[in-house]
Amino acid sequence: MTTEATVRSPALDVERLRADFPILQRRVAGRQLVYLDSAATTQKPAPVLRAVDAYYATSNANVHRGVHALASEATDLYERARQRVARFIDAPAEGIVFLRNTTEALNLVASSYARELLTSGDRVVLSVMEHHSNLVPWQLAAERAGLQLAYLDIDDSGRLDLAGLDELLAPPTKLLSLVHMSNVLGTVNDIKSIAARAHAAGVLVAVDAAQSVPHSTVSLRDLDVDFLAFSGHKMCGPMGAGVLWARPELLERMPPFLGGGSMISRVTLERTTWNTVPHKFEAGTPDVAGAVGLHAACDYIDSIGRSAIREHERGLTRHLLDVLDEVGDVTVYGPRDADAQGGVVSFNVGDVHPHDVGTILDRSAIAVRAGHHCAQPLMRRLGVAATVRASVYLYNTHSEIDSLGAALGDVKRIFKVG
Amino acid sequence: MDYDEIVAVGFTPVDDDLYREIILDHYRNPRHKQALPAADRTVAANNPLCGDEIDLMLQLDGEGIRAVAFEGRGCSISQASASMLCEAVTGMRIGDAEALAERFRAMLQGSSADPGDIGDLEALQGVRAYPVRVKCATLAWNALLEALHQDNAEEQRDST
Repeated sequence: MTTEATVRSPALDVERLRADFPILQRRVAGRQLVYLDSAATTQKPAPVLRAVDAYYATSNANVHRGVHALASEATDLYERARQRVARFIDAPAEGIVFLRNTTEALNLVASSYARELLTSGDRVVLSVMEHHSNLVPWQLAAERAGLQLAYLDIDDSGRLDLAGLDELLAPPTKLLSLVHMSNVLGTVNDIKSIAARAHAAGVLVAVDAAQSVPHSTVSLRDLDVDFLAFSGHKMCGPMGAGVLWARPELLERMPPFLGGGSMISRVTLERTTWNTVPHKFEAGTPDVAGAVGLHAACDYIDSIGRSAIREHERGLTRHLLDVLDEVGDVTVYGPRDADAQGGVVSFNVGDVHPHDVGTILDRSAIAVRAGHHCAQPLMRRLGVAATVRASVYLYNTHSEIDSLGAALGDVKRIFKVG
Repeated sequence: MDYDEIVAVGFTPVDDDLYREIILDHYRNPRHKQALPAADRTVAANNPLCGDEIDLMLQLDGEGIRAVAFEGRGCSISQASASMLCEAVTGMRIGDAEALAERFRAMLQGSSADPGDIGDLEALQGVRAYPVRVKCATLAWNALLEALHQDNAEEQRDST
């Protein structure tokens, strides 16, 4: 077991940060909650909760409509949130479209770009490690527009196999859509160099950044990709506040995703002209409180520093891999290298079904994800029906990882593993 | 705040109400887990949340269940429940098997926790405390009811 002296993370003051998250104080079945499911959604700190509450308590009004004081205040807050999110990913703000989540953002790209602007026979390249949200929208678009889909494979350590990349980027490929960090394996893909190769071949690049933006410094200008999707709720923000960044010149060319209020310029009974980007893609009343909460979440994360968060998570991941090794009879899927992966580790204990593991951990108030993680093709590729996944964030401690290790000992004892 | 103190390390093993010995035994050594070539009815059931899969096969003999078998994969609760089902209803009259399935489901889903005498199946009662796992335990039983109802429907059609 790790000693007190070494569990303290030099990167950030985790005990002070934990005090910001009210939910971490709660008990489950009489035990202190151990939340190791941040890849599914992160918990919310008090400043984010306060921002959402304050918005409704003081400034609530519909945005981009009306001339009264509250309408103008709410609009200002909403547009400032857009600027803040743009700054968070180092991107021009006119490319930020507020949506519900990463899934909706990728659906927008697949619908308004691939389905509408690509033509029959064009190819879209994905990978076997994608979340269903970066698979199903493309399958739908492919079916409607007669597109071909091709997939990058992974190697035995759960890293993308890039040997055939140039071949896959050759005509008729028009678009590559890849996950930045796998929600199952934790693998971080080298998007910057892949995007450079894609652009050299004239292929556009979309990135599912749901797992990377919350945990590390992601700079749009540095990555130089064409579309980037992520979710506020995985980065301390409220559920319902998702983001697509797209090159404004692409947004200009793309037809609207949904029609309705706000996204129009002039409507007659015969035809309608569209609002400017990004508003063209935000039909109807948006989740203003969600955007305001996301603004607060960006401030909160930057007050800690993303390199400090990454450093803290690297330490937790290393400890997690060590603890799983100590538990024994554990199969880990992915790089098994805290330098090559984010704070996500998938594993199985002996031949125990992940749902049985999840239930036993739950009795120790340890929350993990058990199942296929919305990545059934990856499960098939790994040759498993499902896995257990522990994922960490800025508020997790080394002793929580030790608790996980102890509870996995219970699993082995109950199921007589080893 | 000292989280090392709050987060208990090294939990004391507790007497287990969910993973009882008999359930784990059925999971590790499932009974009647085989193909049943003479089956009259086969129902494929699955639980998309967990990925549990069960193919339940029945061979009927007039009013009775002559043989029952299953194939499948999934968590211990789903597979043990299927194994226990096969043991329980082999040789049973169809009406009695339906009644047993209803009592079993009521034990896990209903307000009444007392299913009467259901033999070893009582061991699955601990699942009641885990609402997300109830579907695992009832999967095979739902398949049994579906199979038996299909038969009834067919027989009724045959007799008209």
